[in-house]
Amino acid sequence: MDWLNAIVQGTLLGGLYALFAAGLSIIFGVMRLVNIAHGDLIVLAAYLGLTITMLLGIHPLVALLVLVPVMALIGYGLQRLILNRTLGEDILPPLLVTFGLSVIIQNALLEVYTADPQKLQAGALEIASLNIGGLAIGYLPLLMFVTAVIVIAGLQFIFYRTALGRAFRAVSDNQDIAQLMGLNRRHIFAVAMALSLAVVAIAAIFLGTRTSFDPAVGGGRLIFGFEAVIIGGLGNLWGTLAGGIILGVAQAIGAQLHPGWQILAGHIVFLAILAVRPRGLFPRMDG
Amino acid sequence: MTGPASHQIERSTLATRLGLLAGAAVLLALALAPAYLGRADLRLLGEIFLYLSLASLWNLLAGYAGLVSVGQQAFVGIGGYLLFALTIFGGVHPLIALLIIFVAGGLVSMPIAALIFRLRGAYFAIGTWVVAEVCRLGFAQLGALGGGSGISLPVKVVKSIASSRAGREAASYWLALGVAVLVIAIAWLFLRSRRGLALTAIRDNELAAASLGIDIWRTKFVVYSMVGALTTLVGALIFLQKLRISPDAAFSVNDWTAFVIFIVVIGGIGTLEGPIIGTIVFFLLRETLADLGTIYLIVLGIVATIVMLFAPKGLWGAIKHFTGFQLFPLGYRVRLAKGGKQDSASTKRDAEG
Repeated sequence: MDWLNAIVQGTLLGGLYALFAAGLSIIFGVMRLVNIAHGDLIVLAAYLGLTITMLLGIHPLVALLVLVPVMALIGYGLQRLILNRTLGEDILPPLLVTFGLSVIIQNALLEVYTADPQKLQAGALEIASLNIGGLAIGYLPLLMFVTAVIVIAGLQFIFYRTALGRAFRAVSDNQDIAQLMGLNRRHIFAVAMALSLAVVAIAAIFLGTRTSFDPAVGGGRLIFGFEAVIIGGLGNLWGTLAGGIILGVAQAIGAQLHPGWQILAGHIVFLAILAVRPRGLFPRMDG
Repeated sequence: MTGPASHQIERSTLATRLGLLAGAAVLLALALAPAYLGRADLRLLGEIFLYLSLASLWNLLAGYAGLVSVGQQAFVGIGGYLLFALTIFGGVHPLIALLIIFVAGGLVSMPIAALIFRLRGAYFAIGTWVVAEVCRLGFAQLGALGGGSGISLPVKVVKSIASSRAGREAASYWLALGVAVLVIAIAWLFLRSRRGLALTAIRDNELAAASLGIDIWRTKFVVYSMVGALTTLVGALIFLQKLRISPDAAFSVNDWTAFVIFIVVIGGIGTLEGPIIGTIVFFLLRETLADLGTIYLIVLGIVATIVMLFAPKGLWGAIKHFTGFQLFPLGYRVRLAKGGKQDSASTKRDAEG
């Protein structure tokens, strides 16, 4: 029963990792950009969420109504003002600039919010649970998982069923020809980053209500998201969900074996999959 | 060589020859430093040499081999922990341990390279970070090495380096200076070698290099393992200086990778001189702004980001662009003969003869 419980809880946790990963997946899919500051942007969003809930005295989930547009705006501005300048043949500039951003965000958060761990208070939702055949399933993890599925279905819809998605795929396939067809790639890239950070906002609220966070945890969240992307296969959004679930289950089983092995088990499963299936389990595009 | 004869090709210039001379003088002055510098200055200089080594090594990876790693702290940490394990449990003399660590670092880096070379570009970068995290979490599980809280180097081991405190400090200073010279010399000689030329070709255009028959995977593999071995050695020296190690300090991404990247980017990536300039600027900034704490890191991050956006070749790149100056004789340059066409016949004979 303990093992079944670990697998179920790990699967639900995988939803959170899929949310971390979806944001990375969007921008990689559209502009081949890997954002090293992704984890720190998640933590930034969590702190902004905290500020919003405290200022307005509202529930963290309600705070999403404010946080999602705010993060999307930050994403649009970030791409237009800074990241668009780094895109080109050379992979070094985007990598180093996002790395620099990561250090700047992390230390700015440290300066403003101090190193004390913080948590978002979700009230009764945090402890309420559903009892199914002896397994206690928390409403919060369940909501987290369902949200992840909805977000990924929504992104899938945007990418393959809307004019915006067509623009995303066009600039992804060939920037210059897309530009000739009248698309402004700078704008499209910025919209992709806005979408990515909107997902980050959702991920951040769940991160903050599930556990406590401090300015230093960004790197770890980036790594989890990245592992989910690679396990699932580049460019495959549903694969990203599968990757998140595999990572979550590996961590839950690791923790079941020994409390110190939780994170380590996730990394080792990732490296093992990389060794056996270098392109991930369900690849759609080349790195 | 039977090229058009109105020119000759040279590698070293007046600047490089003067630079070599000045370098030798500076090196001599630095080698004698324990005789005339105080304890605090020696420590600072030692730290500068170790950062210079890390920066030069990272530059070789990212600036020449195109392998942007954000996980070099894996090798720093492994080097530090191996030093403690070998001297405490193996009873090995620290200096002999350093040799073993150098070889071990190379051996460890090979399977890592084989695994993470499957990832490209930025995903390679995060892959190296995962490896470093695995090392950090792994060493935190080893109770014998202090687990998560760390371990100090026993007095007995420390005394085996030299019996007096001044002697130990001089020894640790010379080791740091020695490794910095070694790293820069190896980088320079490697870049002048056949494989170094292949590496430069890969840096400039991977596709063109491959079409000329260069084995890209193999060349990058050699560079990665060489840098891995040397970074492990530097890591051992870092913790020989600190005398205490813990997983968070040994595998710190800020200390051993973020700072190093900033140094190379600010100094000028893809040049041998860049890391030297960058290290000097970094320590000048640190010594003046360190009291500001986190603000200092924010300033450093902003400076590096601005340099990357607006002057991607760094400070040395700007200097080179405006003066054509180079310190290390690496590239070739064409020098036109003074008399133009009149002289060309005679220079042609020289070239053929």
